Amino acid sequence: MSRRRLNVNPLDYSRKLWMRSAMGFTFFFLYFPIISLIIFSFNDSKRNITWQGFTLKYYEKAFNNNQLHEAFANSLLIAGISTLTATVLGAMLGLALYRFRFPMQGPYEGIVHLPIVIPEICLAVAMVAFFATVEVPLGLVTITVSHIAFSIPFVAVVIRARMAGFNRSLEEASADLGASQWQTFWNVTFPYMKPGLVAGALLAFTLSLDDFVITFFTSGPGSTTFPIKIYSMVRFSVTPEVNAASTVLIVITLALTTLALWVQSKSQRNESNA
Amino acid sequence: MPDTDKTIISVQDVTKRFGSTVTAVDNVNLEIKEGEFFALLGPSGCGKTTLLRMIAGFETLTEGAILIDGDDVSSVEPTHRPVNMVFQSYAVFPHMTVEENVGYGLRVVGTPKAEIDSRVKEAIDLVRLSGLEQRKPNKLSGGQQQRVALARALVKKPKVLLLDEPLSALDAKLREAMQLELVRLQENVGITFIIVTHDQKEALSMANRIAVMGDGKILQIASPKTLYEYPSSSFVADFIGQVNLFDVTEQGIAHGELTLTVDELGAVVLPGVDTSRTYHKLALRPEKIGVARDKPSEIGLVAIPAKLVEDSYIGDQSHLYFETAGGKALSASVQNRDRDDHHLNKRGEKMWLYWHPAHFQPLSD
Ligand SMILES: Nc1ncnc2c1ncn2[C@@H]1O[C@H](COP(=O)(O)OP(=O)(O)OP(=O)(O)O)[C@@H](O)[C@H]1O
Ligand SMILES: [Mg+2]
Repeated sequence: MSRRRLNVNPLDYSRKLWMRSAMGFTFFFLYFPIISLIIFSFNDSKRNITWQGFTLKYYEKAFNNNQLHEAFANSLLIAGISTLTATVLGAMLGLALYRFRFPMQGPYEGIVHLPIVIPEICLAVAMVAFFATVEVPLGLVTITVSHIAFSIPFVAVVIRARMAGFNRSLEEASADLGASQWQTFWNVTFPYMKPGLVAGALLAFTLSLDDFVITFFTSGPGSTTFPIKIYSMVRFSVTPEVNAASTVLIVITLALTTLALWVQSKSQRNESNA
Repeated sequence: MPDTDKTIISVQDVTKRFGSTVTAVDNVNLEIKEGEFFALLGPSGCGKTTLLRMIAGFETLTEGAILIDGDDVSSVEPTHRPVNMVFQSYAVFPHMTVEENVGYGLRVVGTPKAEIDSRVKEAIDLVRLSGLEQRKPNKLSGGQQQRVALARALVKKPKVLLLDEPLSALDAKLREAMQLELVRLQENVGITFIIVTHDQKEALSMANRIAVMGDGKILQIASPKTLYEYPSSSFVADFIGQVNLFDVTEQGIAHGELTLTVDELGAVVLPGVDTSRTYHKLALRPEKIGVARDKPSEIGLVAIPAKLVEDSYIGDQSHLYFETAGGKALSASVQNRDRDDHHLNKRGEKMWLYWHPAHFQPLSD
């Protein structure tokens, strides 16, 4: 028995029936809901239960739904601004944590990364309480600020991980060759950070785009985002229009993720181990 | 060889401490002349890199001063020091082509485009990388990356080029080729080279002068030949090549000449050696020892019978390890002149070892 085990290549496990069925079930549970959601977005029926025929009319309907439009525009605006801000701040934070040794660095790092592990609902309540204290009316601004706040640590973690593989002597070589610190940053450090920046920015963007809990708490009248709009539509009934809107969101997210992976693999191919 | 007698780098009473416990460099004094090929040699962790990085400006001094071409550079950033460094890891910029890498140091200081082009071309020719201008570093071999790093530093026309173990990542053959090439390059450009290495053969074959470091201190500064033939301490003698050490039991003067007594050898007369110092050891290089079946009849030789315990054949030479009647281990190296007779000896055989006493180097430590 043990001898046979030793002879099994790790990849050979996929040839075993139990392994294959486990994999099959996993994929089924993971993707069946999503696939059926996409399929039924083309269903020519008011309800989602039986297949009545192919149609694109719910996409048309979704595209012509002004409220949905507005919610989508809000989402893009918030995601755009928060991504930009969070990427810059998060990158600076990640770089500082990688670069400098300062007193209380350990605890500081822990606190900085806390928002990643704190339950979102707590963060949401804290945000609302904070905005009430400083007397800022809830709306697009508060949503954006909250999104920036919870995206920063994610970007910082990505940048920090990226910089762990950086060869410090590259910066020294640059300085040695007569470059100022600013030139060294833009010519040497920044090109190395770039894939991390892209990955961090895309992470921040998707986090912002599909955030529900914090957005729900920090939104005010007239500041509906895409996920919140869909939620309110679902509360009436799950029509193929909701499916269609969700499918669009899935496609956008998928496209961005693919882009991120592509950028990363491309930069890896370009790098030497020097 | 140095062209002038001008001092280009002067290291004065320099000490570097990391924290309160680690003294990486301990009260070092060095004068490096213009045009010299200078080597810092020492075992791992002795502070060679730290000393080099202080000259480049990447480490601050705890005590002392460093002068480059007469100017105290203590408060000068690495960016503005007239020295350039070749890093051990090469530190070639991965996202730039060979050409962009070499031109980097000129671009950042705003050199005119035409001048950059011609100087880059010259530097690339100098290190024989022509034809690879558009390659990215990940498509270059280790030796080629090394040349990019060299060209990138040389294109700046520094007063001094600092090289931190530049050849340690290369295989033995390439390493030997690069040693020759570095020497040729240094002679061509006439720039002072300071090379850090822990490979004594590398230092001996390349440098005009070598500083041997141990534990943060400079132990001896001398030409390769002096260092090898006249080491000043048993550490240096042992670090540079192989050495047999004999303990001196008695010191005296006979007819105005130094006489040292050594177990099993008796009194050894050393003409022309400073008699005012106390000596504790005698050093003898293995290749100075002759090996014979019969006791040599020549007068004035030191001769001692010994038993062969080990014979290690390394191609051009054989290292023979002997043991004397008193249990003293001695090693001798002999050239293998004849193809089929590289060792005339069998293990356990009694042989005679002999040498001229002038080959003894008395040591005070
Ligand atoms: N930044 C630092 N902080 C603390 N200690 C250091 C630092 N840099 C070097 N040291 C210590 O200083 C001593 C000398 O280091 P250095 O790197 O100069 O040695 P080296 O002679 O170049 O050795 P090697 O041949 O291994 O490169 C070592 O004991 C090392 O641990
Ligand atoms: Mg070193």
